Amino acid sequence: MLGYFIRRVLVLIPVFLAVSAVIFSIIHLIPGDPIDNLLKIGAGPEQREIMTARYGLDKPLVVQYWIWLSGVLQGDLGTAIVARRPVADLIAQALPHSLALGLCALAFSTFFGIVLGTIAALTRDRWPDQLIMTVVLLGSTVPGFWLGLLLILVFSVWLGMFPVSGARDWSAMVLPVLTVGLGGTALVARVTRVAMVEAGQRDFLMLLHAKGMRPARIQLRHVLRHALIPVVTILSLRIGWILGGAVTVEVVFARPGLGTLLIKSLNQHDYPVVQACLLILAMAVMLGTLAGDLIQAAMDPRVRAAL
Amino acid sequence: MGVAVVKLSDTTLGRVMRRPKGVIAGTWLILVVFVAVFAPYLTPYEYDIQDLPNAFRAPDAAHWLGTDEFGRDMLTRIMYGARTSLSVSTIAIGISVFCGMCLGAASGYFGGRFDRAVTAVIDLTWSFPEILVALILVAIIGPGVTGAMVAIGVAYLALFTRLTRSQIMAIKSETFVEASLSLGASHGHILMRHLLPNALAPVIVAAMLATGDAIILEATLGFFGLGAQPPTPSWGGLMSSGTAHMFKAPWIIIIPGVAVAVTVFAINLFGDALIHALDVRARVRES
Repeated sequence: MLGYFIRRVLVLIPVFLAVSAVIFSIIHLIPGDPIDNLLKIGAGPEQREIMTARYGLDKPLVVQYWIWLSGVLQGDLGTAIVARRPVADLIAQALPHSLALGLCALAFSTFFGIVLGTIAALTRDRWPDQLIMTVVLLGSTVPGFWLGLLLILVFSVWLGMFPVSGARDWSAMVLPVLTVGLGGTALVARVTRVAMVEAGQRDFLMLLHAKGMRPARIQLRHVLRHALIPVVTILSLRIGWILGGAVTVEVVFARPGLGTLLIKSLNQHDYPVVQACLLILAMAVMLGTLAGDLIQAAMDPRVRAAL
Repeated sequence: MGVAVVKLSDTTLGRVMRRPKGVIAGTWLILVVFVAVFAPYLTPYEYDIQDLPNAFRAPDAAHWLGTDEFGRDMLTRIMYGARTSLSVSTIAIGISVFCGMCLGAASGYFGGRFDRAVTAVIDLTWSFPEILVALILVAIIGPGVTGAMVAIGVAYLALFTRLTRSQIMAIKSETFVEASLSLGASHGHILMRHLLPNALAPVIVAAMLATGDAIILEATLGFFGLGAQPPTPSWGGLMSSGTAHMFKAPWIIIIPGVAVAVTVFAINLFGDALIHALDVRARVRES
């Protein structure tokens, strides 16, 4: 297990290098020059040159990448060109908000997805199953930002239960978590249902029945445990998907998170901030996959044996 | 049953239409396409002529779905918006399917270093959320209909490459391929005549379902002001302009959202029926 853990972490190093190179080069393809936003009206070419040199934008791309990467590895994400503050500060401010939203939404979708998926599988092809699956399908066909707007309209404006926007206290978290979580719930419920139905057809269940184990116990102790393996896989693969949903939802609720920061700096062509946001999101995706693999190995003796 | 070669003939459509799901979903989709194509003949209003005295009218007999902040008829704008949303998402998925099938077939069939390179890149983008890929690409290409199309197309490239590759890998070592090779058939012939037709059914279903996601993605880009630019209406753009007047005229954001949700729901139902009709459940889920 420890050997597996170390190997999995080592594999992440080339992946991290590849991702960082891609992120770095993509950002430099974006048209528009951040220096434009900094120069005063009527500034001459000399001032432009001075500014360009100050931010190191006059050096070759490879050199810029190397400077950036060695800084990143030392925890220095550069200075935001438009906001004129260390990028690490901006990220440190935004990340807790996104992390809180992402983790709550993840917990929400995992719990309700598994519960709904289990109920659907147990009542397969009868009305509770059909109802749940229809609602779940409807939930995944609604754009996330629109669902957020609708929830604001109903719960904040008409009912006055939660604040419209911001991130002051827990009550401002409820609607965003609900918005991001509902999409994830749909995904988890669908996978759980299919996995439960498939696990329910295994031969060893006949033995349990023959031994006289109660059907409810068989379903919850044995079938559900089998079914959770693909659920964990999907969840770890789709952590980025849930974070991606969080990006749009943060903007709708005006939460000061990573998504809002990313969209804002994308519009301002603030390269260092965009790079840092993308890098953090990419790392979250990689760590999510890693966590999923490790949980899977911990859960499934067959996976452990194959290591 | 099983992995039999399935031809997309009338019988497939017939089997889809025998299910109530398929009929309801199919009818709605045909209606939406019809309305999008014939929009100018179906409505007395123009989508871009402002009528300020009639701004913010709630739904009534003259304006079935109300009017927006410039007094433009919402139903008309939804109908024209369907043109943008449907064409952007279908063309984007079309690009994606074509390029994905070429890449996936080539890498699955020929293998080797090329395959490893393609797989590495695809695996890298696969775990990245589509919306992020699309946002970055739109930032590079620039906002607008073309930008949105290309961005969405690239965002879904990984899906179709993976799917096609896995289909090709599954059947490329079958004996009929070997027989064909030893009879002197060229690689191109084998790919086009034997392998790709076998891979087609799951790709069609996946394309159907991805088109639904693409409509949502297009709406999201439009919502951020990165899709079709005004005055061209798109479903996402309508919702974006509606947020400013959300409290005064909630129908401006509610109605386009309902249009997106119902259409994507119908696409998913139709896709479900198609999965059953083509009997490709296991093969679609493999990816």
